Amino acid sequence: MATKAAHDLSKLPSVITLKGVNKWFGQFQVLTNIDLDVKEGEKIVVCGPSGSGKSTLIRCINRLEEHQQGDIIVDGVTLSNDVKNIEAIRREVGMVFQSFNLFPHLTILENLTLAPIWVKKTPKKEAEEIAMSLLKRVRIPEQALKYPGQLSGGQQQRVAIARALCMRPKIMLFDEPTSALDPEMVKEVLDVMIELAGEGMTMICVTHEMGFARAVADRVIFMDRGEIVEQNEPEEFFANPKNERTKLFLGQILRHQ
Amino acid sequence: MTDVLPRPQVAPPVIDTGVVGWARKNLFSSWANGITSLVLMFALGWVLLWFIDWALLTATFTADSGAECRGHGACWALIHEKYRYIFFGSFPYQQHWRPLFAVITMLSMLLLSSDRRMWNTRLIWIWSIGSFITFLLMFGVLHFSITFFLVVALVAGGIGYAIRSVIAQKAELYAYYAAMGIGLVGLVLRMLGILPTFGVTIAPLSYVETGLWGGIPVTIILATYGLAFAFPYGVLLALGRRSHLPLIKGLCVGFIELIRGVPLISLLIMASVMLPLFLPSGTSIDKFLRAQVAVILFAGAYIAEIIRGGLQSLPKGQFEAADAMGLNYVQKTSLVVLPQALRVVIPPLINTFIGFFKDTSLVLIIGIFDFLNTANQALVDPKWAGFPGEVYLFAAFVYFCFCFSMSRYSKHLEVELNKGTRR
Repeated sequence: MATKAAHDLSKLPSVITLKGVNKWFGQFQVLTNIDLDVKEGEKIVVCGPSGSGKSTLIRCINRLEEHQQGDIIVDGVTLSNDVKNIEAIRREVGMVFQSFNLFPHLTILENLTLAPIWVKKTPKKEAEEIAMSLLKRVRIPEQALKYPGQLSGGQQQRVAIARALCMRPKIMLFDEPTSALDPEMVKEVLDVMIELAGEGMTMICVTHEMGFARAVADRVIFMDRGEIVEQNEPEEFFANPKNERTKLFLGQILRHQ
Repeated sequence: MTDVLPRPQVAPPVIDTGVVGWARKNLFSSWANGITSLVLMFALGWVLLWFIDWALLTATFTADSGAECRGHGACWALIHEKYRYIFFGSFPYQQHWRPLFAVITMLSMLLLSSDRRMWNTRLIWIWSIGSFITFLLMFGVLHFSITFFLVVALVAGGIGYAIRSVIAQKAELYAYYAAMGIGLVGLVLRMLGILPTFGVTIAPLSYVETGLWGGIPVTIILATYGLAFAFPYGVLLALGRRSHLPLIKGLCVGFIELIRGVPLISLLIMASVMLPLFLPSGTSIDKFLRAQVAVILFAGAYIAEIIRGGLQSLPKGQFEAADAMGLNYVQKTSLVVLPQALRVVIPPLINTFIGFFKDTSLVLIIGIFDFLNTANQALVDPKWAGFPGEVYLFAAFVYFCFCFSMSRYSKHLEVELNKGTRR
């Protein structure tokens, strides 16, 4: 990752901006005064203990969750209840889930072409060509005609990444993409993600894979109890955590790595 | 890793092959098992022998009256004498070929629809043409009023727009707008009385009113169209019940609970006795149609609850993945949610279909002559009195053929649709 340190992000335009975002589940506040600015091509890793609001944060960006206060601006569009805005944003933002969420009744190829055909009106043939080239990129073109249930977890997650890329998104959100995988399959998924990062995709990853964070992240964000407690470049973040909570968390997860 | 040396495959040991081996393993594995097997086989054999003797060996197949049957086995002569009435009811005797071909048309329509390769726009053609032929044969005269065409235009335009609005070309979209516009404007004008009523009449045969219909075509029409309309209606109710809009949700829940809370018979009686009281004098709705609508409403509520079960069984992630891709509600529902939800509920759904096929016989309460009722009526003839067993056995056999094929089809569909999709 020689290029990583070289580029200066501050001059690039922001693609995601969160200003004073607050969110509650019932009486429980899950997000508290979140401010975040993501530059084009920036790779951000979000970590923190479970229940700290990491997933909720990125799910607010494509409005799988609704925030109650503050502004979220994605690619110049402010998120509101306007369905047209939400659909426009979702076209630009790809998402990969912890549990893959492939559609089990469709073949791999159909999973990939569904959104391009129905959302972007891509002709079927063209959509299939794009899908096949993406399957080659995630190194499973031979599985195109199988069903998700016939693939291993790692393969399914790579398909899920390819499916999100099929829409040619500007931003990719990863919600703990390797947490549901058997250990021997984590690497194949991370390799694909690292490759994607190398191509300049804007990425926000919720993950505990600290090796991945070291390798590709421009910034690591630590969240606890719904707040962004600390954020820094990965070297600094891991070497000199400032906040006590960060130290405690890193101590817990790095002990075994 | 593929470079690990494969262990040589060893075939499982061959034991217990052949009939003797199978019987030894499954029927006579122990003393208790052996005695149970013998007793059951003896009982089964005894019943079977008795039945063969009654139904075939000592049975009477032709006779001039019931008196000739007495003292013998089964009186199949009764069926031989009455089968045309049992099958076709009071339909004019010389014209019995019409319900016969109507039944054949409907069965081919159902058979074609059961093939998965037809599950696309072809289905619309199969059902339009099939229904047209069926009702032309049954009525003999069909009158299509302008209102009918307007409703068809409105519904077709609406459905087309809902499903294809995102991916349709401009010209196709305009066609949907035009169809909806013409339908809506026409219907409004028609209601205001500005548009005069006129229509097309096709009259190749003599007119036979629904009061004369009877037997197997009535049962099949009630069940087929009852379920064909109840199914999409039930899907909409189920989706409505899960809606976030309180008014739609409330309406759907209210309707489902109301209909499920009353017996079908009370609904049929309301449709046949109460409804005419509320209609303005002079207007009347065909009794058969009223029964049909009652069946549709009733079946719809039950189907809705079954489909709701299927919708609830889907993991939340499926909805979220569809949302995250930017699919709109109609696309999400028709491409991701329903295909999966319906797969899950095939067994209970077909179970309900089988139940309703038989429940159509309740229309005899309001004097419609379905298959069971015509079979019942065949017993009234004093010349042939005293053989209810034969007639009901015959009716049961016909019902069984229909229900059993539905059950087999359900099994086939489950296997077919789950091919490769589950590990």
